[in-house]
Amino acid sequence: MLYLEDFTPGRVLPLASCTLDAAAIIEFASEFDPQPMHLDEEAGKASILGGLAASGWHTASLFMRMMYDGWLAKSSSEGSPGIEFMEWKKPVLAGDTLSGRSTVIEARPLRSRPGLGLVKFLHEVINQNDEIVMRGENPIMFRARPADETVTAGDRA
Amino acid sequence: MKLADVSLPGQTVVTGSLLFTAEDIIAFAKKYDPQPFHTDPEAAKNFVFGGLCASGWHTCAGWMKMFIAYWAKEHARLLAEGIEPPKLGPSPGFKKLQWLKPVYAGDTITYSVTLIESRPLMSRPGTSINLTANQGVNQKGETVLRFESTVLEFD
Repeated sequence: MLYLEDFTPGRVLPLASCTLDAAAIIEFASEFDPQPMHLDEEAGKASILGGLAASGWHTASLFMRMMYDGWLAKSSSEGSPGIEFMEWKKPVLAGDTLSGRSTVIEARPLRSRPGLGLVKFLHEVINQNDEIVMRGENPIMFRARPADETVTAGDRA
Repeated sequence: MKLADVSLPGQTVVTGSLLFTAEDIIAFAKKYDPQPFHTDPEAAKNFVFGGLCASGWHTCAGWMKMFIAYWAKEHARLLAEGIEPPKLGPSPGFKKLQWLKPVYAGDTITYSVTLIESRPLMSRPGTSINLTANQGVNQKGETVLRFESTVLEFD
């Protein structure tokens, strides 16, 4: 289990990887972002995205899942107050395989909420050509390690 | 016509309202954000948020959904009036995104967009970039979501 104390500046936590197919892109876009370049291969090719491309919100949501599967599930996360910035640097196209990492920028206890702290991360999502497709910074709240919980192998970087 | 001509800077447009049911919250979270406070009403009581609430990404996707629905109507309205609608493109990103309050099961969020400024992109002739301030407010009048985003526009 990763607690507040384990997020030391510079620590790199890998995201799980994931491959995105056309059906998943179309399914997300149909519900939340039904624009032609997210729904249709030909329309995507005709757009500046160059192919059937995932909605940026789909990429962001997938990033969330990749972070959950990569390291967040085994942490004391209490959610996040926001995102400082997020850049959609390159289109995410049908068939792309995404991976990435979260890097700890800084960590501090919350004075207003004893036992909780805020950790700021740089997140980077990378495609199969090693291009950064999305990057951003955000703080996440974590509980501090309880006094009776021992550190196990893998918690500390 | 350009976006700044049809939607005056500083003028807030309400795009629509979206009900977040427990079912919708859990379905989205199981796919994209399966933290216990987004998937399990009982487990959620033991976390800071205190109850089942939507993934922040679900709240954001809801903003996009309502914007696209509004824009489709606006597009049709302009065409019907004989005005060429602005050609909006993809977005390079967003910043200063705040999830100010949890969106709990049963909440209805009313979304809005306000154009802040529009300027030509020097690096890409024929393209402008628009900065908008975006918001989601719950049924009690509390702001739950706020962020600034950019969207490209072609001449």
